[in-house]
Amino acid sequence: MSKYHLDYLEQLESESIHIFREVAGQFERPALLFSGGKDSIVLVHLALKAFRPGKFPFPLVHIDTGHNFQEALDFRDNLAAELGEKLIVRNVGDTIKEKNLTEQKGKFASRNALQTYTLLDTIEEFKFDACIGGARRDEEKARAKERIFSVRDEFGQWDPKLQRPELWDTYNGRIHKGENVRVFPISNWTELDIWNYIKRENIALPSIYFAHNREVLEWQGQLVATSEFMQKDPTDVISIKKVRYRTVGDMTCTAAVESDASTIDDIITEIIATKTSERGETRIDDRVSEAAMEDRKKGGYF
Amino acid sequence: MDILRFITAGSVDDGKSTLIGRLLYDSKSIMIDHLEAIEKQSKNKEEGEIDLALLTDGLRAEREQGITIDVAYKYFSTPKRKFIIADAPGHIQYTRNMVTGASNSDLAIILVDARHGVIEQTRRHSIIASLLNIPHVVVAINKMDLVDYSQDVYNNIVIDYSKVAESLGLKDITYIPISALNGDNIVDKSENISWYTGSCLLDILENVKLENDINYTDARFPVQYVIRPQTEELHDYRGYAGRVISGVYKKGDKIVVQPSGLESTISLIEIAGKPTEEAFAPQSVILHLEDDIDISRGDVIVKKDNQPSVENEVDALVCWMGNKPLVPGNKYILQINSRTVRAIVKEIEYKLDVNSLLELPAPEQASLNDIVKVKIKTASPIPFDSYKKLRVNGGAILIDETSNVTVGACMIQ
Repeated sequence: MSKYHLDYLEQLESESIHIFREVAGQFERPALLFSGGKDSIVLVHLALKAFRPGKFPFPLVHIDTGHNFQEALDFRDNLAAELGEKLIVRNVGDTIKEKNLTEQKGKFASRNALQTYTLLDTIEEFKFDACIGGARRDEEKARAKERIFSVRDEFGQWDPKLQRPELWDTYNGRIHKGENVRVFPISNWTELDIWNYIKRENIALPSIYFAHNREVLEWQGQLVATSEFMQKDPTDVISIKKVRYRTVGDMTCTAAVESDASTIDDIITEIIATKTSERGETRIDDRVSEAAMEDRKKGGYF
Repeated sequence: MDILRFITAGSVDDGKSTLIGRLLYDSKSIMIDHLEAIEKQSKNKEEGEIDLALLTDGLRAEREQGITIDVAYKYFSTPKRKFIIADAPGHIQYTRNMVTGASNSDLAIILVDARHGVIEQTRRHSIIASLLNIPHVVVAINKMDLVDYSQDVYNNIVIDYSKVAESLGLKDITYIPISALNGDNIVDKSENISWYTGSCLLDILENVKLENDINYTDARFPVQYVIRPQTEELHDYRGYAGRVISGVYKKGDKIVVQPSGLESTISLIEIAGKPTEEAFAPQSVILHLEDDIDISRGDVIVKKDNQPSVENEVDALVCWMGNKPLVPGNKYILQINSRTVRAIVKEIEYKLDVNSLLELPAPEQASLNDIVKVKIKTASPIPFDSYKKLRVNGGAILIDETSNVTVGACMIQ
């Protein structure tokens, strides 16, 4: 074997850094979408590798639905402060008031769809021409079809039939005024790659990724954290269980998994053994229809 | 553990999607919820048959129409390797999609239907694999179950294909008889094909040697971004951020910046803030130079004793991907790595017959999926290598200035 060898995590890392630098080189006003979840935390870590000792050539932007886990929000604020990078937060609740939007009703009403309005308003407010996001192609079948530089029209819409071919490692970020590009530097990473990288790089995460006791409601085999945002009914089965989270989305549509995993090694062992996909196990919002994610993306969702 | 990127090439009925489904299924890379979803959609679910092809069609329109629209990427891994499959659709926009998927693949699996043998399609897949310079080819002779697992059928196809491979100069070729539908020789060796002494497909994919595919001789470093913190403590810091696309750089190397021709010496190499003695492909690094010279995005830092061509006129094979035709005289943007320049396609020299590799007379214009040899003139010189010699510095894209769409894949001669 050659002495010049990169293992798979180093190859993925180098490719992601390359993509970050293409964004910095090609766009005037990019942004990094940062929620305090593990994928966007890895993005921030990769951005440090791409741009330090310089400042990030973009702010961190969080579209806060108002239904987030406090642990993730605290982590978000602390990390931004610690790095000395600019954090912009825009609230879906404000958009709902300003635009008089109608919220979903019912048991697991989610603000997932409304998040798109705030995202598009924020893009317009700051004239962002590129939004870097932590989506991965292994997450979901519509995501598997997405380019790394994904062009969106002035309504933020994704048209899967009009995607630009992506050749070699050459990314075409040219757009018309009003359009923007969603960029996904960790497209080629899987859930397990992310965890192995977090372990290798010793990256800190919000506590909810590790096993802890939480009051949850059992619904169709899924465990949803109780919160002020949740509609509780007399027939609901509520109990305290030891759980951790595989993904961190809204409290209203993200389920926990029962687990004793208290370290990253434990989590990796569990993920290797699991037979259910990350989103399948924990995302109630993907279950709405066969094409739920595809439809959200066509509407401008990241 | 490293990464193998591969593409599967086959026409609609060759069983391409079934093969990918089978690889994922037999290597236990499919999650139960995904399997349940396709079970629900499978037409013959009453007979207990799962349509593995459904795994690869991620879009509503694809499922509705039963066609594949665009390249999708699939992932699986074994303890030996991580695999990235570029799943390019077989029939619509054929050449364009295969070229896209092939552009960063290390290996191509070319599917041959055992009943039909080497056909025009097979030749076309192989020609594209050769034009794109894919280092490794696996010829998977599929549907062996439909020819009674006949060794003669297999042998004849191998003989036929060897002639194609020889005429194209394909080098590392492996043949394997399979049945994707039944799982013969995919992840486990087939008992039905006892006469075959080679490895199963997954074994081949796990063991293809990749380290020789990277060129460590011709050092090329396209500058993507200049890092200048301009803070008090880092007042003089000026780092050139980019990726070593080929070769090796060491501290003290004498370098030239192309196309300006300015010279200097590497004073420091950093990886993620830490100094390092040398940097090699495909690492993303930061280079520092002894002299403060004018360098910006799009410039290529090379070594003084090993330089690329620097020209403003190049010959290229272009796979046309635009819906609007390529008309000689039209202006485009040419992007090679991080460098973009305005370009004009001066003339079409000939059109390549992708079924025979024959040079056809130059058409007045090239249409979607055509491969043509053209002369391109650029507004300023570009540093490049011939694609055949150095894939990473010989591939470029053409962009339509008005629509901003990527319309051409260029392999510079």
